[in-house]
Amino acid sequence: MKLSALRLPSLQEAGTEARLLLIGIPVFIWTMLPIYHMFLFAISPKEDAFSGKFWPDHPTLHNFEIVFRQQHYFLRDFWIQFWNSTVIAVSAGALTLFIATMAAFSISRLRVPGGRFVMNLALFTYFIPAAFLAVPMYRTMATYGLLNNHWSLILAMVTIASPYAIWVLKQASDKLPVELDEAAVMDGATPLQIFRLVYVPLMMPSLVAIGTYALLLAWNEYLYAFLLLSKDTDITLPVALGNFLAADDSPWELLMTTGFIYALPPAAIYYAFRRYMVGGLTAGAVKS
Amino acid sequence: MATMTVTTADDAVPHRPPSAGLSTPQIWGILLLAPYALVFLAFVVYPVCYGLWLARHPSSYVALTHDPIFARAALNTLVFLVIGINFKMVVALLLSGFFVQSRPWIKWLSVLFILPWAVPSIPTILSVRFMFNPEWGMVNHLIFKFTGEDGPNWLNDPIIALTMAIMVHIWKSLPFWTLILMTGRLAISQDLFEAADVDGASKWQKFRYVTWPSVRTLYLTCTLLSMIWTLGDFNSVYLLTGGGPADLTHVLSTLGIRYLRLDQLDLSMASIVCALPLVLPLVYFMMKRLSR
Repeated sequence: MKLSALRLPSLQEAGTEARLLLIGIPVFIWTMLPIYHMFLFAISPKEDAFSGKFWPDHPTLHNFEIVFRQQHYFLRDFWIQFWNSTVIAVSAGALTLFIATMAAFSISRLRVPGGRFVMNLALFTYFIPAAFLAVPMYRTMATYGLLNNHWSLILAMVTIASPYAIWVLKQASDKLPVELDEAAVMDGATPLQIFRLVYVPLMMPSLVAIGTYALLLAWNEYLYAFLLLSKDTDITLPVALGNFLAADDSPWELLMTTGFIYALPPAAIYYAFRRYMVGGLTAGAVKS
Repeated sequence: MATMTVTTADDAVPHRPPSAGLSTPQIWGILLLAPYALVFLAFVVYPVCYGLWLARHPSSYVALTHDPIFARAALNTLVFLVIGINFKMVVALLLSGFFVQSRPWIKWLSVLFILPWAVPSIPTILSVRFMFNPEWGMVNHLIFKFTGEDGPNWLNDPIIALTMAIMVHIWKSLPFWTLILMTGRLAISQDLFEAADVDGASKWQKFRYVTWPSVRTLYLTCTLLSMIWTLGDFNSVYLLTGGGPADLTHVLSTLGIRYLRLDQLDLSMASIVCALPLVLPLVYFMMKRLSR
């Protein structure tokens, strides 16, 4: 009796653990398989990659060498495309941050007339699926003469990223105590000084989250990049990856290697700022 | 509304210049809001009006209804939204219950589980595309190894191909929704569960009477939001199937781009306008919820 009473919980615990593992293992495989498959191709010579093996007979870094040295027809503009992606992502991130911070400050702290209306319009844009705006945006950029110019993609990304940015920043700045502004005004601070010396320093965590959000959004964008840019030396990496598909005998091992290199920076940034991202973004994404 | 926004802080400004109606902070407010307003006018208002203007002819809609690809795309979109999203959200709800268990290995797994959301979708979708390549892909190699028979030609069958596109979409966005539902679950007070334990409630009863009432609103919001966003999911379909075989797996977002490529701009816009009666009520509802 006593023995079974002692053993029973541990048996039960083992049972729970086993059931948890029964969920955990499939979840692990499901999550990692496409990423592992990409990594596998990146370290496989062509023959191994195409033979469906789980680990190549001769793992190699040769694919990376080919990509970095641009030694393939599809890769001849790799570095300039990498640079394009970087410039566009950083510019879109910085510009979104600039525009959204000022707008949030204006709406939340200065209570500008009509601020709430602008906020609602911005939210409306946030909910319209980005792909729906793509076709008219493409025509608009043509009208403005911006097609095949990096500014078209940067501005498109700023348009898509700022509504959410403004909304999150407004939510965060509503939480700052009004007394801060009042005290600064008493000391004779102008609104611009409050913005620079009080508001921006206090909002830093949210600003980091939003800057990262916009930067990743622009880095990851495919549809707009593919519509707005077309010259081989103008396009970003994802568009270049999509172009691999144009040929029937695509060098898939090189495609996956390039894709792996392209996927590394955003993953690294995401994990580096995860603390901010999880707190700042998921809480903001859906307010119940 | 505008008259109510004059803050008490304005009155505290000692030497406010006597301007006509607007106080200094308000002028600054307008100046700081101007950049966004300009972006909004130039890149949202103008394109939207232009798009609606392009889609003004009734003949475009007649042409659309006569295009079998449009009907198929509309059907695919509905399947994607109604079956795909609901399936995804149910799985997310169940998985969020798994990930809130406090075990070190589950914590590590949750860090890895975020990866699909953290990496860009293009390379991973292409990776899946090759995995299911009928001749060279890993999946059919495995099927051949174990059964000695050739696997199906995955992406060449419209139904399997659309299912795969939905799966790719789920793979990508499941972590995000699981994370959000997890925060919802973690916000529930532990006292409620302890009280339920005292009353001898079963696991199902605890879910039914404690967890579900607390996360129900969040769950519905997430489902609606996910449906709206999924309407704009271009990558999952375009990069996996390209709309093929025989244009049978298009959804509305890829169809719009297809018409654009064929230089049928009016059809492109008209197909998007057709989705608006579905989208606008959802958007309005979401705005009501979030702008409180």
